[in-house]
Amino acid sequence: MTRATLNQASGAKFSRIMGLGAVRGELVVTNDDIAGPIDSSDEWIRQRTGIVTRRRAPEGVDVIDLSEQAAREAIENAGLQPSDIDAVILSTVTWFHQTPAGAAVLADRLGVTPAAAWDISAACAGYAYGIGQADALVRAGTARHVLVVGAEKMSDFIDPTDRSISFLLGDGAGAAVVGPSDFPGIGPTVWGSDGSKAQAVRQTHSWQEFKADPELEWPTLRQDGQSVFKWASFQMGPVAQRALDAAGVTADQIQAFVPHQANMRIIDQIIKQLKLPESVAVGRDIADTGNTSAASIPLATERLLREGQVSSGDLSLQIGFGGGLVYAAQVVVLP
Amino acid sequence: MAYTESEILEGLAEIVSEETGLPTDSVQLDKSFTDDLDIDSLSMMTIVTLAEEKFSVRIPDDEVKNLATVGDAVSFINNAQA
Repeated sequence: MTRATLNQASGAKFSRIMGLGAVRGELVVTNDDIAGPIDSSDEWIRQRTGIVTRRRAPEGVDVIDLSEQAAREAIENAGLQPSDIDAVILSTVTWFHQTPAGAAVLADRLGVTPAAAWDISAACAGYAYGIGQADALVRAGTARHVLVVGAEKMSDFIDPTDRSISFLLGDGAGAAVVGPSDFPGIGPTVWGSDGSKAQAVRQTHSWQEFKADPELEWPTLRQDGQSVFKWASFQMGPVAQRALDAAGVTADQIQAFVPHQANMRIIDQIIKQLKLPESVAVGRDIADTGNTSAASIPLATERLLREGQVSSGDLSLQIGFGGGLVYAAQVVVLP
Repeated sequence: MAYTESEILEGLAEIVSEETGLPTDSVQLDKSFTDDLDIDSLSMMTIVTLAEEKFSVRIPDDEVKNLATVGDAVSFINNAQA
């Protein structure tokens, strides 16, 4: 008996980001507000990180609340209805449930059911991972309109006395709708991981350890700041360059560079490594918003667009990198 | 080809000067990176990384805290060349 031949899905030739949405935590937290417990100062924090304020969400607001707001904005800006969305990807490390995935809860909240929905855990690279997945889904015909959300309520995952990372962190959500396109709108994703450095950005202890030992505090985030600085500053430039090469464009042909907003000095060093021309607008939203992990790239992109530093149709090189360690970069056409 | 200690000092002084804006002749063997040259931990990592590239040596992250003075760094790089 001969085997029946299957249909295989095929999708759009090209994909693009159709619309963006952005939400920052409503509280503005200054360096003076947080300097006391870490025996620091406004001047020290500015000089080491470039952060002037970070935005945080109040008690009672969770990562799904932030995601919903950003997602509704992105769907509207894409000129779509919630019912047009057939896949939802949520990148977050601050949805405190092993199951169900936050994406399923978000999909229901948005009324996009029965869209496929899943979370990805790729920390600060999560949005760029999500865009890479969405691009592949649309071109493979597995989905037509994919909602990608990078959202974090990092303030639920910090220790005010921690000098390694907590003082950098903010809360927010950025969303993008990826759909079919008449032109190439998302360049190849260059991505990877290095689990040999899994401890460089880490949780103080696991949930199981927390459960087993009543003396332990709620787990929070830590990083080996100097090692992460070195890795991000000097190894992400070549990754970003590979994303440019894969897209077939050169640094002088892009209008924006939006790296993950980890530290202004990392951003400056990557720019140096890439030899970016001064004509390229650089995402520097960290100064006011802080490091919002998976949300930082869409938030910084939204700001460049809102402030008129770049326009719809411009090319933007984006790169996410963080705990894992993981990284992902791609060149996109701005919506 | 191995670099001599004076070549390492000269190269390191150029890297420090580029990172901090300090004149190269202020980078002397007995100078402390933090106390004399006012170099913070992130600048130190930048200097270390550029020195690794320039002198083709590896300076482990854990080792950086032991490099208190310019002389410590020159010695480490010199030994690491072997």
